[in-house]
Amino acid sequence: MPTLAEEILGGPAGSYVDRAVDHGFAHDGTGVLALEAWQQMGMDAPAAPDRLAMIFDHITPANTGTTATLQAELRVFAKKTGMYFSDGGGGICHQIMSEGRVLPGEVVVGADSHSCTMGAFGAFATGVGATDMAAIWASGLTWFRVPETLAIRLEGHLSGAAEAKDAALAYVRDLGMDGGTYRALEFIGDGAGSLSMEDRLTLSNMAVEAGAKAGMFYADETTRSFLAGYGHDVAVQQQTDPRYETEVTLDLSDVVPLVTPPHRVDRAVPVEKYAGIVLDQVFVGTCTNGRFGDLERFGRMVRGKQVKVRTIVVPASRAVLAQCIASGVLSWIVDAGCTVGPPGCGPCLGAHMGVLGEGEVALSTANRNFRNRMGVGAEYYLASPQTAAASALAGAIASPEDVYER
Amino acid sequence: MNGRGHAVCLGADIDTDVIIAGRYLRTKDRSVWAARVLEDLDPSLAARLQGAVIVAGSNFGCGSSREQAPVALREAGVIAVIAPSFARIFFRNAINVGLPVIEAEGVPCAGGEEIAFSLDEHWVEAGGMRIPFRPLSPKMQEILAAGGLVSFWRARE
Repeated sequence: MPTLAEEILGGPAGSYVDRAVDHGFAHDGTGVLALEAWQQMGMDAPAAPDRLAMIFDHITPANTGTTATLQAELRVFAKKTGMYFSDGGGGICHQIMSEGRVLPGEVVVGADSHSCTMGAFGAFATGVGATDMAAIWASGLTWFRVPETLAIRLEGHLSGAAEAKDAALAYVRDLGMDGGTYRALEFIGDGAGSLSMEDRLTLSNMAVEAGAKAGMFYADETTRSFLAGYGHDVAVQQQTDPRYETEVTLDLSDVVPLVTPPHRVDRAVPVEKYAGIVLDQVFVGTCTNGRFGDLERFGRMVRGKQVKVRTIVVPASRAVLAQCIASGVLSWIVDAGCTVGPPGCGPCLGAHMGVLGEGEVALSTANRNFRNRMGVGAEYYLASPQTAAASALAGAIASPEDVYER
Repeated sequence: MNGRGHAVCLGADIDTDVIIAGRYLRTKDRSVWAARVLEDLDPSLAARLQGAVIVAGSNFGCGSSREQAPVALREAGVIAVIAPSFARIFFRNAINVGLPVIEAEGVPCAGGEEIAFSLDEHWVEAGGMRIPFRPLSPKMQEILAAGGLVSFWRARE
């Protein structure tokens, strides 16, 4: 029987297919080059603007005149074409796409490497570069090599202060930075079913850190009920004993709070190993961990206390920010001494706000700790929102198990 | 399509942040990328890439989808990149911007010696050996032969 990727792309692993793209999106980073390619291609109007989105999230609001000018041209283009447009402050492209836009079984292509995030809905979602996106604008289509599938069987349940992020850091460590190259990951097993939609988004998000093309969950009752909240009535996807190239197992009950030290994403170890490392900054946000549940878990831990290090919290979208305000979570965070930034993803890539100085050490809930990414000569550790909270309160890397209350 | 150039050896897991740092992306001026390519790995590398064939370790181009990475290498004068494996978005981007990428195992690299390759006959010649590699898909070969996806598209219209 076919894998989820084979089923959606409509061909066996190894074959090449041309597929209509249900959602094609770009952001202010990749959109600039995509627009240039589009102009060089001599194109005028997109084939299917209702399937396209332009979402400003990387450097928003614009930090310099140069950035503002590049964004202005892109904004005019996006509005003229009639594609969905979200200006700076609306949120991160992957978060906005997850707020009731992407449905199970769809083909989703984003001009951003973390476009694999939408696999959490049982969609085939993957990242491409700018010129591929321009061709998608032009034709509504793109080509794929149908990937082989590596299954990650999740068993047990997360416990204590361990979260989906820790499970994500664990599977990327187990596979290695190129363990999933060219492949689709399928998260299967009872443990997968036990995860919330937000948890699944975190796991799917990091598939690309293992080199994978996609990171997919089967749509189930959890997916159905999440999307029903946005007015969609979707069917569950049946798993039918597919041909997996490889299958590995991750027992969620064994997962503990982890930290991934600089500068590789596949070296996660228990937080205790680096406990006590003094921090210059803590950053909570990104397409991995900037959702409401993330900020709520972080907020619950810092509530009524004071952080001991500069701490930047960036909600993943305006909807997340609004939910934080309505629920009081934002007050917990602000009252604890954190700085709250406008929805977006600037600090993660060292592009905008929260950039680190030379020699500075930070802990971040992002997905990537590559050398100089968040600031030249800086070092940063990847961890969960709760590990970020414990560390912010201590001013040094600390385990959330010490602060965690059931 | 055949080519030859001097070998520049790089390690495994070279990510796109290292190929061209995020701080240089806020421009469309390709000369900036050519001058800053691989700066965080070795600032002297950019000047040695004119006419170079890069021989790298596995997982070349991992990380961000930034197309500026293959563009920067091409603009700096790189003729081709050879590695046992590539991150898939980089691989696709490289073909789309007309930079040949060759997936080949066991290509020796000392640095500075001449390396030749044939994209039509699917071999690399290095260190006195001729090493075969798996050809690109027919569509990728067409895109590369056109000089990239923009030219491929224009020729198609």
